[in-house]
Amino acid sequence: MEKKLLLGDEAVALGALHAGLSGVYAYPGTPSTEITEFIQLHPLAKERKVHSRWCTNEKTAMEAALGMSFMGKRALVCMKHVGMNVCADPFVNSAMTGVNGGVVVLVADDPSMHSSQDEQDSRFYGKFAMIPTFEPSSQQEAYDMMEAAFDYSEQQCLPVLMRVTTRMAHSRAVVQVKDEARPENEMNYNAVAANWVLLPANARKRNDKVTAQQAQLEEDAANSKFNIGPSPVPSLVGRGGKCPLGIIASGIAYNYVQEALNSQLSTLNFQLLKISQYPLPKKLVRDLLNNCEKVMVVEEGQPFIEEQVRGVFESQNIQGRLTGELPRTGELTPDCVAAALNEELGVKNEESGINSQLSTLNSQLVVARPPQLCQGCGHRDVYAALNEVLKEYENPRVFGDIGCYTLGFLPPYRAIHSCVDMGASITMAKGASDAGQWPAVAIIGDSTFTHSGMTGLLDAVNEKANITVIISDNLTTAMTGGQDSAGTNKFEAICLGLGVEPEHLHVVVPLPKNMPEITRIIREEINYKGVSVIIPQRECIQTFKRKAKAKKQNPL
Amino acid sequence: MNNSILTPRPTREGKGGGSFKCDIILCGVGGQGILSIATIIGEAAMNENLYIKQAEVHGMSQRGGDVQSNLRISSNPIASDLISKGGADVIISMEPMEALRYLPYLNKEGWIITSSAPFINIPNYPDLEDIKAELAKLPHVIAIDIEQIAKDNQVPRSANVILLGAAQKAIGIEYDKIEAAIRRVFVRKGEAVVEANIKALALGKAAQK
Repeated sequence: MEKKLLLGDEAVALGALHAGLSGVYAYPGTPSTEITEFIQLHPLAKERKVHSRWCTNEKTAMEAALGMSFMGKRALVCMKHVGMNVCADPFVNSAMTGVNGGVVVLVADDPSMHSSQDEQDSRFYGKFAMIPTFEPSSQQEAYDMMEAAFDYSEQQCLPVLMRVTTRMAHSRAVVQVKDEARPENEMNYNAVAANWVLLPANARKRNDKVTAQQAQLEEDAANSKFNIGPSPVPSLVGRGGKCPLGIIASGIAYNYVQEALNSQLSTLNFQLLKISQYPLPKKLVRDLLNNCEKVMVVEEGQPFIEEQVRGVFESQNIQGRLTGELPRTGELTPDCVAAALNEELGVKNEESGINSQLSTLNSQLVVARPPQLCQGCGHRDVYAALNEVLKEYENPRVFGDIGCYTLGFLPPYRAIHSCVDMGASITMAKGASDAGQWPAVAIIGDSTFTHSGMTGLLDAVNEKANITVIISDNLTTAMTGGQDSAGTNKFEAICLGLGVEPEHLHVVVPLPKNMPEITRIIREEINYKGVSVIIPQRECIQTFKRKAKAKKQNPL
Repeated sequence: MNNSILTPRPTREGKGGGSFKCDIILCGVGGQGILSIATIIGEAAMNENLYIKQAEVHGMSQRGGDVQSNLRISSNPIASDLISKGGADVIISMEPMEALRYLPYLNKEGWIITSSAPFINIPNYPDLEDIKAELAKLPHVIAIDIEQIAKDNQVPRSANVILLGAAQKAIGIEYDKIEAAIRRVFVRKGEAVVEANIKALALGKAAQK
């Protein structure tokens, strides 16, 4: 066993490699990106030629992983939570096909939306797709779970969903790792067409089978080594009394509960049930409810367990995010968990270790420092030019998209009016144009365009929609740290192939000296009644600096 | 099975025997290099067989916004990845206003080690004299112009390590052990980089109270 200081994401990646992974398929998305990056750079992955190149989007990633599984090998799919919406179709149907080689779908949720547009909880996807779900509470558990998840996937012939959250993905801890990796699976032809061809007649049979499997999955969860408790409390044994408080803690929330309990109350009566494998093991929950007068559910994300435990009876004895003891939305903190537990256990805050030191310090001087586009970034020049031209029109609307350029909403540019999901800029501009809006401008990044913008552009071309599309191409997936972008050097060809007219397709270099040319082209294309595409193309200043530095250090 | 949750909370009893605990908030503005400070401390702590948890911020907030990292080191197992309010022993900040942002997390006897030079990339940055006055009200503050010291001493790229040197006593890990960690962390970048950073660490140490 070797000790390594690993990010949660890195523990997942190394766990997968050591479990005999043959391919990781992913599109970058905070906080999941580092998993694939770790595998890309790992010597074992290079030696074994593990697939690790970035995919165009999460749907292509999930499907490629299914193909690898079909041939008997182990595949990992990684994404951020909203990426799950993009790959929902193959994900949900992967329960119907089942798997041959093990498949683990890792989703990194982002409660409190540090880098996201919503705080959806991926455990719901696991439940409605009838796919077993793992949720580690420590980096060590994340590492250990990967092998367990691949084994379980092959044992049950189902994919396994592994859910982490920001604080797990982006927190480091010392992890004990194995010295030797399991070999990769050999390719085989065991996949049965009757399972994989989801014609209704086949799919119905699979649906019956997977539905019937759920009882077994729940029993496995009840016996899982990752689900711990509830254990009898010594002081209650033989008294027949009930424990005042039961606590259900899942995933990372388990750590906050431990932190709060560590700081106090060796004499207090409580029982703790840790949940890290789903379907929710009802037996364990019932045991806890039977032993305790009240139960508090502490979980990161939406009240997934809490709603199942409360049911429709609105029991007064179940507390958590729905009843206000814990905040209804946002990320949990050690403070809010400690406060809720102290309240229930009748511990005064000043008696508890944590809050005794509570600082009363505060400063009124501090002001917000929002993120902003880098100095020297080409998106800045694009927005400067666009704003300059749009001043000339009465009610212009600019539909934005997901990426660094979303920061164009903030001062000094205040340039975009929407940002919804990957690719929505083009299709929303088209819909607005259908409604009679002019000028309707879409601004989308290069990687976002190939992820989900191309199909929308085809819609617009087919209807000769009166929109102006700006593909702000910085030759990389910049927001997540500069990963390769699927369409680099292909954008003109893609647009022409989709039917954009050559005379209304322009490539420009967004630099201050080119302002007159760029503003002229934007103006002309807004005035053209039809689809125009303008591609301002200049490398991301961050990747440019990084390459220059690497070149200086290593001139060869 | 739940016995682990009943272990007493680790307390800070200093060096040499007994238990050790130090909760550190590292902060600054995206791109200032707080994570390399964390890497060095983490390396030193791991070499001492201490438990470590370090929560980082990635993604959108790195673009010139405020960034922070929670670094927890202890001789006992650590549960939470995040530091509780009033729980931090040290705030290490690459920027003076950013140091004040995390005051609610600092315990009453905690230390602030901060760069004194403001990073102004917002229009409403407060008056620097007000920030200095606010810092002066606190009992344990070391505020030094690390960028200037780095330039004056020909180690322009090691300003963050000067700050680490100034924080060494507050963190409570022995100086030699941090120096050794710097050697291990920077060895791949060559001897010149190692020496520059060791010089920077010594410059910071000299600025300690």
